[in-house]
Amino acid sequence: MIEILSTPSLVTIQDLGRSGFYRYGVCRSGAMDRLALAIGNLLLGNDRGAAGLEIPILPLRLRFNSDLNFSLTGADCGAMLGDRPLPPFWATRAKAEDVLTLNAPRSGCRVYLCVAGGIDVPEVLDSRSTQLRETFGGIEGRALAKGDRIAAVGNDVRLPHAGVGTVPPAVALAAAGDSTTAVRVIPAAEYADYDDASRAAFWSADWKVTVQSNRAGYRLEGPELALTRPRELRSHGVVPGVVQVPAGGQPIIQLADAATMGGYPKIGVVIDADLWRIAQARPGDALRFVECDTAGAADAHDETETYLAQLAADVGRQRRLATAWGVA
Amino acid sequence: MSASAASLEEPRITPLGSSAILFEAPGAFDIQHQRRIWALADAAATWDMVVEAVPGMTNLMLILARPPRDIGVFETLLRDAWDIGDEKHVEPTVLELSIVYGGEGGPHLHDVAEGAGLSVAEVVRIHTEPDYTVYAVGSHAGYCYLGGLDARLFMPRRKVPLVSIPGGSLSLAGMQTGVSASAGPSGWHTIGRAEISFFDPKRLPPALMKPGDVVRFKAERVIA
Repeated sequence: MIEILSTPSLVTIQDLGRSGFYRYGVCRSGAMDRLALAIGNLLLGNDRGAAGLEIPILPLRLRFNSDLNFSLTGADCGAMLGDRPLPPFWATRAKAEDVLTLNAPRSGCRVYLCVAGGIDVPEVLDSRSTQLRETFGGIEGRALAKGDRIAAVGNDVRLPHAGVGTVPPAVALAAAGDSTTAVRVIPAAEYADYDDASRAAFWSADWKVTVQSNRAGYRLEGPELALTRPRELRSHGVVPGVVQVPAGGQPIIQLADAATMGGYPKIGVVIDADLWRIAQARPGDALRFVECDTAGAADAHDETETYLAQLAADVGRQRRLATAWGVA
Repeated sequence: MSASAASLEEPRITPLGSSAILFEAPGAFDIQHQRRIWALADAAATWDMVVEAVPGMTNLMLILARPPRDIGVFETLLRDAWDIGDEKHVEPTVLELSIVYGGEGGPHLHDVAEGAGLSVAEVVRIHTEPDYTVYAVGSHAGYCYLGGLDARLFMPRRKVPLVSIPGGSLSLAGMQTGVSASAGPSGWHTIGRAEISFFDPKRLPPALMKPGDVVRFKAERVIA
């Protein structure tokens, strides 16, 4: 059991999200940085889709009420377990009464805390993710509050005494450009309807992440994107990654909690494999869009899968070694 | 600027990012085309790699299990299935909703009247006349996209979306009208309010209405 001692707003329980309920209007929800959540789970020997905590704003303090394996992935937040500093992308064992403090991130935007076996809350519509708008999933469909107690499902995995970690994905996975916040985009149905200058600007500009950015979407600021003729579309399905451009000409990237349908013109769609990079961009950071096609997106997907499979194998080997040498 | 979407001559099929595909039907925005979309959705849901087929307004989104290297296979499947021309006919559930038009719950009623060149009373009369068909469910959980709005009330979305409108808000934009199932942002014109729950995650299916069902609006009160 973990007790929340102090928390910022908008800390939620998330897994990899809901699938199969789009036609009832239920968005994917789930971790904004699904890669960090998956890694956090693999470090602990969990299924990669076990539920963890998504922590977007810091600091946060919590206390372990019993011994428990946990991991921290995502943003590097100068975490302290008691007086012991913890590296990012690291799993270790907490003792009963240990206090974990997560401080302001040095880089990145969202921290993921995973626990042995995953967080134990009921599945609703096949997922434990918190659906903030419709208030279900997680704990009563809401963000965590001081005093909340969270139970772990638990597992019998033994970690090396010193813990186990991995190279962060920002280092391990090639970025699409020279900046870590470059994300790959497949042009969408209305791409050709933008004028030449707007299409050129879309690929070349540094798009500033505004403070009006959250789990539903990131509003960006940059050159105005103009259509060659006005478009009023028939509403259609929208997935995380769709870059809509409302009448003001400033793009909005739809993300985990976005509406499942929309009718604004869309200039492109960020590929799934790069959505985690957006989740770790903070207001004031710049994003750059790099053109991609479906084959490139399939390659990026395969690269991510290979990375995760390798990571799971490496971590498993370290755990087995530590157990064999009696240091787990 | 015309508020009505231009019709396509041919089906348009485009990748919607790495793991989804958008099919846009050619032709008019009407119930016949929508019935073909529902039939197409039923067919597509059985295809390999398709996690879900999600009807929109005379369009269909396929969500795939993983990113396909190219979407050619799906283009062929979609075109062929569309060309068969099957329509799905639904035995509709009819929902009658009492609406308070205008006032605090309908802040844009006057804007709509002005935009349409009508009086508030005429807007309400025109809006309560038709039987609206649920074309699609989405945007947020349980929300119904309704077809059947009178052309005199067609108008573009608002330039600046509202940060939040409450659940039960009745709004319209483009060729569409509907009632919010929960509080959230909106770029539409909000003209009234109803007391209704469209979604319950403990129920299966969790949405109250399905495509093909019918909604009628009754003016309980008009605050001019």
